[in-house]
Amino acid sequence: MLFKRKEFLQIGSLATASLMMPKFLKAFEKTASVPPGNKVMVVLQFSGGNDGLNTVIPIRNDIYYKSRPRLGIPKDKALQLTDEAGINPALPFLKELFDEGSLGIMNNVGYPNPDRSHFRSMDIWQTASDSNQYVTTGWLGRYLDAQCSGCDKPTQALEVDDVLSLALKGEKLKALALKDPKKLFNSTNERYFKELNATHEHEEAAVDYLYKTLSETLSSADYIYQQSRRHPSSQLYPATELGKNFKTISSLIMSDINTKVYYVSLGSFDTHVNQENQQKRLFTELNDAVSAFVKDLKSNNRFEDVTIMTFSEFGRRVAQNASGGTDHGTANNMFFIGGGLKEKGLLNPMPDLNDLTEGDLKHTVDFKSVYATLLHNWLGADDKEILGKKYEIMSFV
Amino acid sequence: MAENANELSSVTQKELYKILQKTSSKKPEPLNVASNAFDGLVKGVQDIGRMQNLTQEQKKQLRKQSAEDIKSLNLTWLSEMINSEAQLREKMSLFWHGHFACRVINIYYQQELLNIIRQNALGNFGDLLREVSKSAAMLSFLNNQQNKKQHPNENFAREVMELFTMGRGNYTENDVKEGARAFTGWGFNLRGEFTNRPFLHDSGDKNFLGKTGNFDGDDIIDIILEQKATAKFITRKIYKFFVNEDVDNNRVELLSEGFYQSNYDLNKLMISIFLSDWFYEEKNIGIRIKSPVELIVGVRRLIPMELERPEAQLLFQRVLGQVLFYPPNVAGWPGGKNWIDSSALLFRMRLPQILTSAEEFLINAKDDDDVMMGKEGVDNKPKAKQVNATIDWDVVFKVFEQTAKENLLKRVNEIVLQTKNSVNPNILKRYIDNASREGFIKSAMVELMSTPEYQLC
Repeated sequence: MLFKRKEFLQIGSLATASLMMPKFLKAFEKTASVPPGNKVMVVLQFSGGNDGLNTVIPIRNDIYYKSRPRLGIPKDKALQLTDEAGINPALPFLKELFDEGSLGIMNNVGYPNPDRSHFRSMDIWQTASDSNQYVTTGWLGRYLDAQCSGCDKPTQALEVDDVLSLALKGEKLKALALKDPKKLFNSTNERYFKELNATHEHEEAAVDYLYKTLSETLSSADYIYQQSRRHPSSQLYPATELGKNFKTISSLIMSDINTKVYYVSLGSFDTHVNQENQQKRLFTELNDAVSAFVKDLKSNNRFEDVTIMTFSEFGRRVAQNASGGTDHGTANNMFFIGGGLKEKGLLNPMPDLNDLTEGDLKHTVDFKSVYATLLHNWLGADDKEILGKKYEIMSFV
Repeated sequence: MAENANELSSVTQKELYKILQKTSSKKPEPLNVASNAFDGLVKGVQDIGRMQNLTQEQKKQLRKQSAEDIKSLNLTWLSEMINSEAQLREKMSLFWHGHFACRVINIYYQQELLNIIRQNALGNFGDLLREVSKSAAMLSFLNNQQNKKQHPNENFAREVMELFTMGRGNYTENDVKEGARAFTGWGFNLRGEFTNRPFLHDSGDKNFLGKTGNFDGDDIIDIILEQKATAKFITRKIYKFFVNEDVDNNRVELLSEGFYQSNYDLNKLMISIFLSDWFYEEKNIGIRIKSPVELIVGVRRLIPMELERPEAQLLFQRVLGQVLFYPPNVAGWPGGKNWIDSSALLFRMRLPQILTSAEEFLINAKDDDDVMMGKEGVDNKPKAKQVNATIDWDVVFKVFEQTAKENLLKRVNEIVLQTKNSVNPNILKRYIDNASREGFIKSAMVELMSTPEYQLC
């Protein structure tokens, strides 16, 4: 039997995935097909603290221009969205989306007692905790726990990266991080690992946990790779990191994979110095990648099924600093992009620059309420169970 | 280390502990890696006296140099963990490094905190707690510099009680408030020396854990140490780290009673754990997932090697989620199953290959913006990396000199895994190089280290 299995592996057949699974897990294997119209959420993290005020610009606000004599983006440079708001000139495609009704902007999102450390504030956003709580699981990890109880492949949420973010680590399950399906497949395609996995007998809890993770990884890697090859995208994507990552996401969305959440990051937006160039470079990368992605989705009639949510761990201070940049701030705006938005445009009032806390914006929307809305309305999940508390459900999706 | 492996087989585990205790009893030399550049920067601004008065540019320079120096501190300590005879002390220090978790980018502060921890790792917990509480690292990280009579900041007092001593449920919100009042005035200067600033101290009466008086920070620490809850909390955490995550409550109760009676003698507590019979019971062996640092150190202790690019170990730490001196928050690394996800497990299983062969690896860790400080990611494009290790296999071969060929695999297995778990020999045999005795030993070691079982200790 062992000899046969070895032969089988040498042929390199993808179909071996299920054979390789330990017996005690195999019982849980279910078909993982997705009904048409599968709703998908793409979370796009702006790492480093994106400057929200130079992203969505209050073009009629004197305080803004007085606080930023050098960095403020003049009204005629900003791409005008409404009477009072313009968008950063490096984001022309987002302006297009705004005009056609596929972009929603939520202003002043944050949390009480904001923390200005990147790492800590990112933890708070990723775990959906209060600022004085230390939580070791992420909000999307807990979503995964709820979606995949007893299933064999935790592919309902995927991160496009080499390393998994805390956001996608659940109590029972952890999502997969992959830079691209082929690379993941190759790194799991070690005969040695597969054979170890295949012959593992039930032992005590710690070893079993490791083998369970190994088994899920191997079978998910095969599954994801197979799926990603089914509908190779014909859309041209920019050759940037984000461009490639969106291409990967798109190829999976077009397949029959059961993934509902994709997670991807762009950065670093930590613009203490020389903000203009750095933000412009990152926004151009963002603009071009999102543009290709949306066109791809539209031409495959899937734009209605996808919502992109963007966030950053904090915004930046209202006033510019002395080095052509801005320092860590508090509340920030978030984008929602998709063909299935129920409300679009500016979803709430622009920041009130007359009402600051020591030079920082006050939050008017708790980010956990945004999470609750997406979980409940878009993904049809139990937001209270996942977030540990009932937050206000909004109506933008 | 590998070369002692044969001697080890002739001593009992309890005797081994006594040897470890002996080698760890000497106080360590303080580590000092702060570079001349950093010293120069600090001297240049010393007249200014306090961190707050530095210009943006000076602060930036200090942080940048600190971040660099903390990398050297990381590698220097890692190398102590690998090469030091005082294994018990370094392991215990790693435990305290996670317990007194502190994330400040200042090489003086971090280095001083580490030295406090290594000096007291097996000493008296009360002394350790007091010194840590008075360290610039902790006072700065937990905002006690901002804790003033007029505007108390409760962060320090709260975490000392919640995470460092008693744990939740053993004090009230009012105790936090009153404790914070007592800690007002505790601060530090630019050199990182403790300063008591009487003009910021609240000298009124405080009610703390049932006692009333004009307490200061030292009094609060005394009162906290009088609480049996403190002995219990620490004992439980040590038990989870060294024995089993699944706690035997009766046993911890007994241990903590002894710990309390001994006035927090850590050495005695460790003796009562390691010289007990239950410590060596099967259910307590091979059930704990090694932390990334333990894994890296473990591989390097087993196979003696020189790394051409030791800084690759920093990347390993980042990819696997444990960078020394950068705990995720004041609660430390959550540990256990939290270390393991798909990508981390695969990388762990490939690590022995990466270290022992010239295998290239292509992986990027996430940026840490607290460390990068806005500098644009220079390393954004993924590049294939290599560690280039020079391995002293002869030392390893010597260990197996006396072992007959037919027992070789069993012996390698015993030494590499040291747990009751074993890997299916039929599979191993197919991947082991049978052409030579040397090749057999090499490949058997690496294959055994590339398993889920090797993640456990």
